[in-house]
Amino acid sequence: MKKYTDSGKKDTRSGFGAGLTELGKTNPDVVALCADLTGSLKMDDFKANHPERFFQVGIAEANMMGIAAGMTIGGKIPFTGTFANFSTGRVYDQIRQSIAYSDKNVKICASHAGVTLGEDGATHQILEDIGLMKMLPGMTVINTCDYNQTKAATLAIAEHHGPVYLRFGRPKVANFTSEDQNFEIGKAVTLQQGNDVTIVATGHLVWEALQAAETLNDSGISAEVINIHTIKPLDDKAIIGSVKKTGCVVTAEEHNFLGGLGESVARVLAEQHPTPQEFVATQDTFGESGTPEQLMDKYGLNAEAIIKAVHKVIGRK
Amino acid sequence: MPFVPLSECLIFGTEKTTLMPDLSYLEDLIVQVRRDILRQVHKVNSGHPGGSLGCTEFFVALYQVIMDRKDSFEMDGKGEDLFFLSNGHISPVFYSVLARSGYFPIEELNTFRLIDSRLQGHPTTHEGLPGIRVASGSLGQGISVAIGAAQTKKLNNDDHLIYALCGDGELQEGQNWEAIMYAAANEIDNLIVTVDRNGQQIDGPTDKVLPMGNLKAKFEAFGWTVIELDNGNDLKAVIEGLNTAKSETGKGKPVCVLMTTIMGNGVDFMMHTHDWHGKAPNDEQLEIGLAQNPETLGDY
Repeated sequence: MKKYTDSGKKDTRSGFGAGLTELGKTNPDVVALCADLTGSLKMDDFKANHPERFFQVGIAEANMMGIAAGMTIGGKIPFTGTFANFSTGRVYDQIRQSIAYSDKNVKICASHAGVTLGEDGATHQILEDIGLMKMLPGMTVINTCDYNQTKAATLAIAEHHGPVYLRFGRPKVANFTSEDQNFEIGKAVTLQQGNDVTIVATGHLVWEALQAAETLNDSGISAEVINIHTIKPLDDKAIIGSVKKTGCVVTAEEHNFLGGLGESVARVLAEQHPTPQEFVATQDTFGESGTPEQLMDKYGLNAEAIIKAVHKVIGRK
Repeated sequence: MPFVPLSECLIFGTEKTTLMPDLSYLEDLIVQVRRDILRQVHKVNSGHPGGSLGCTEFFVALYQVIMDRKDSFEMDGKGEDLFFLSNGHISPVFYSVLARSGYFPIEELNTFRLIDSRLQGHPTTHEGLPGIRVASGSLGQGISVAIGAAQTKKLNNDDHLIYALCGDGELQEGQNWEAIMYAAANEIDNLIVTVDRNGQQIDGPTDKVLPMGNLKAKFEAFGWTVIELDNGNDLKAVIEGLNTAKSETGKGKPVCVLMTTIMGNGVDFMMHTHDWHGKAPNDEQLEIGLAQNPETLGDY
């Protein structure tokens, strides 16, 4: 079994900030827009190094999305930064018409996704954003799992032409993927080989899936763990290839089970290889205030919940 | 704001010298565009003739006289003036003027709103129609997009201008005011936003549906330079008004042209009412409308 080590807890949003800082140096077309959350989004470095390419729009997310769309005309690559809630639901129509339908090369970078935003509570904890964004034709949807991967994804999306939704979070979490990884949009990463069950996880749940796999291994269950950082386009081939071997799947995400990764996987399986599936996700509910750990526990979004789902799905084979 | 006299107008396609546009040709074009509008919406029994007719002089002035634009279309639009239509439902006038300004074959107006057409009900980049740089239709988004394009012009050291048109009723959408505040705060002075003040919206006169108060005072309070263009259906007045607006660019403030127009202008039974906002004429009404605007440059 492959061992993964946490090189020191870091927040994924800082990975985004580090990626943006690097893009500032390497890509003169990259511009950044922020709706009064520069510090929260870790965009301070970019702002300090490239004030002429940083645009503070104030608390006006709809305008930010429109400006970003317009900035692409003439070759700029805008990265917008605000919380996931204000990056999606609040501005859905602006994204739909001015960005997605108009095929504008805008990178919508969304921090504080899911319940791990913590104490601010449900008004700020969006659990519907993956669904909203993946339903838009032409939109690429990425949910990264740790600092290193978020940095790599930030660099990769600048090279990709077309609208992208990049989702990351607030809390400090294990940093376990390699620093020099090659981030390939739409390509799943198999972290653990296994034969009894496939765990397809995204975002903060990837580390939890690895922890679950270790525990399961101790009890004689061999779990294959796939990090599906790109939810759209989904790596159908990797998922089908794995479930053909294991015969069952657990999907794990910090998102509503309606509209999330789990549903995307279910569609692929229904079409190509019907397979028993369990969903580790929130169950059509809003979040609430609490610490990230408390909330992950209460809403069934951790290694323990994954293990329970694995036992259940294996029983359905 | 004093108007720039017509004798100082520029004509597209010529060097930037003082030239008098060929007004008789442009007046002929206006009549022909009106015919195009009526025929487009009549054929498919849908579309928005009222606002389109009201803005005919504006579009003809903009594309034939005011904008410094290239013959061929490239999305990035570097080295030329760009235009964004926010109130996308007046697509019939936009399509007609784009076609008659050389962006795509005039015959393509025949496909307006038909299946597989590039001329969608509301303008879009999605089908690759030359001349369109962003989709519009869901209201209130165009000024933001225009601001973004204007900021990219500045970043690219491109001293060309960005033009946008929005409806007056459209200003009820809150995003506009976010954009209006931002543009002044960021001294977006390469931007001219024209507001089509026809005073009408779907449910009736704007003053009855949701009065917007003193728009001039509002734009000025937000930090814009405001030019009032009282006769937006007089070609000469529109050219002068837009030239005045041009002369106000580069002074640290965005420029707004409050352009009063008559909805349905040029077709007597469509004028001064919101009834023709989104309704096509029947066969008989088409004949009357066309008779009031006899063919000039040739129908498609």
